[in-house]
Amino acid sequence: MILARAEQVSRRYGEVLALDRVDLTVRAGELVGLLGPNGAGKSTLINLLVGLRRPTAGRVELCGGDPRDPASRRQLGVTPQETGLPGTLRVGEVVDFVSAHFPDPVPRGELLDRFGLADQVRRQTGGLSGGQRRRLAVALAFVGRPRLVVLDEPTTGLDVEARHALWDAIRGFHADGGTVLLSSHYLEEVEALAQRVVVIGHGRVLADDSVAAIRGIVGVRRVSLVAHDLPALPGVVATERADGRLHLLTSDADQLVRDLVTAGVAFHDLEVRPTSLEEAFLAITADDRPAPAAA
Amino acid sequence: MPLALVHARYQLLEIIRIPVAVVGSAFFPAAAMLFFVVPFAGDDPVGATYATAAMVTFAVMSANIFQYGVGVAEDRDQPWNPYTRTLPAGPAPRLAGRILAGLVLTYVSMIPVVLIAAVATEARVSAVQFLLGLGAVAVVSVPFTLLGLAIGYSLPSKAAIVVAQVIFFPLAFGGGLLSGPDDAPGFIKAIAPYLPTRGAVELIWTAVTDFRPDIRALVMLVVWVLVLAALAGWAYRRDEGRRFS
Repeated sequence: MILARAEQVSRRYGEVLALDRVDLTVRAGELVGLLGPNGAGKSTLINLLVGLRRPTAGRVELCGGDPRDPASRRQLGVTPQETGLPGTLRVGEVVDFVSAHFPDPVPRGELLDRFGLADQVRRQTGGLSGGQRRRLAVALAFVGRPRLVVLDEPTTGLDVEARHALWDAIRGFHADGGTVLLSSHYLEEVEALAQRVVVIGHGRVLADDSVAAIRGIVGVRRVSLVAHDLPALPGVVATERADGRLHLLTSDADQLVRDLVTAGVAFHDLEVRPTSLEEAFLAITADDRPAPAAA
Repeated sequence: MPLALVHARYQLLEIIRIPVAVVGSAFFPAAAMLFFVVPFAGDDPVGATYATAAMVTFAVMSANIFQYGVGVAEDRDQPWNPYTRTLPAGPAPRLAGRILAGLVLTYVSMIPVVLIAAVATEARVSAVQFLLGLGAVAVVSVPFTLLGLAIGYSLPSKAAIVVAQVIFFPLAFGGGLLSGPDDAPGFIKAIAPYLPTRGAVELIWTAVTDFRPDIRALVMLVVWVLVLAALAGWAYRRDEGRRFS
């Protein structure tokens, strides 16, 4: 069962092509991470899928219908941007307002309890802390017992503890059979939650696969060592120096090590590790950047 | 509770928690009442009643054009507005809720005008006329609500404020709201029947006095309602929130 689908979708804002023939399918039960830098087109794609905007070309589908048709959105939960909560309304009022739109909403007390907001029910949202506002915003996505929840940057600006609490809520929803589409530029977040990653850059889908496969596709390895000075080496995607060690990212670790040896460089403490998703992602989106010179 | 009432309730809650907004739309007509109607027509029961009815129309107009024109445009700038558009409700409950809330505020903004008229002038209406007047206010707020919505949904908030003001004054003066039924300058008499303000004020005069309305003005009012409804509907549909290019 496909809950959300984009087919060859393009969206243009004036001169800017924000999305360029994007395909995306989200099936029931999946937890899909949408990953990309700011301005990559993540939010535009989400706005099309939840019915906020119309594609310039192509087709979007939500729960089998047009997302702009209210009936298609009955099983959809969306998070407002945290800054967008009406500041004069109380927490309980905001929840009641959203609840009124759904046939079988989660009772207010239960929802606020789940997101640790039970004590704030009488507070005006303008008086909440940033973390509380964010939790309320995410809670609103779950009010209507949705099948599909779309979370655009759900934990931006949260401390570690609050982020982990929200992750637990999202995982719990997914474990009960819920479907999640989550955008983030916190790579750690996508890595921690998602099974499948869709990498978006410059309005195009750069990769769409499992977390492990994305790493495999890129095949980027981190070669780290202690050395004073390195000659220019072929195949190095990025270089950084931290804590007295040099970290080289490369798609061919074996060749790099051979080159290091043949170059006669004095090094010790050699380590070769698979990269984090973040590093893989930098490598995929780095196409248009000049290749960094080796240090 | 029907969804339209839910929307109306939260609109009102938001507005009432910042009461200055309510004072704003009530102030202008009340001030006009004190500075123009009380000193010049206050002693004449008929003239004062006509002038008060005109100020009520003025209040209806300003409350609606500004509330919807500026209010809707500002809401569209807020991230909460796109969020509400992802909820499973079409435009109807949101729009109906807005209009209900607007009607409540319109009545509230008339209170000072009516109080000043009762206390400081000779303007008098019977109980039946008063009730008819209340009904006429609801009818008359329709075109101005639609006008406000058309402005609010088609323009960014900074432009909406200017356009609302630019439209507001010619409509008020041109429709003869600031002159009696028969003592308006010639050019205003010529154009007034074709403006929605004229049909509006004539409807209220008819409700609260023994005035006989000009059929032309009433027909034009209906035409305006249809045109403005089409315009507001078009602006709403093409709206996708704030636009960037």
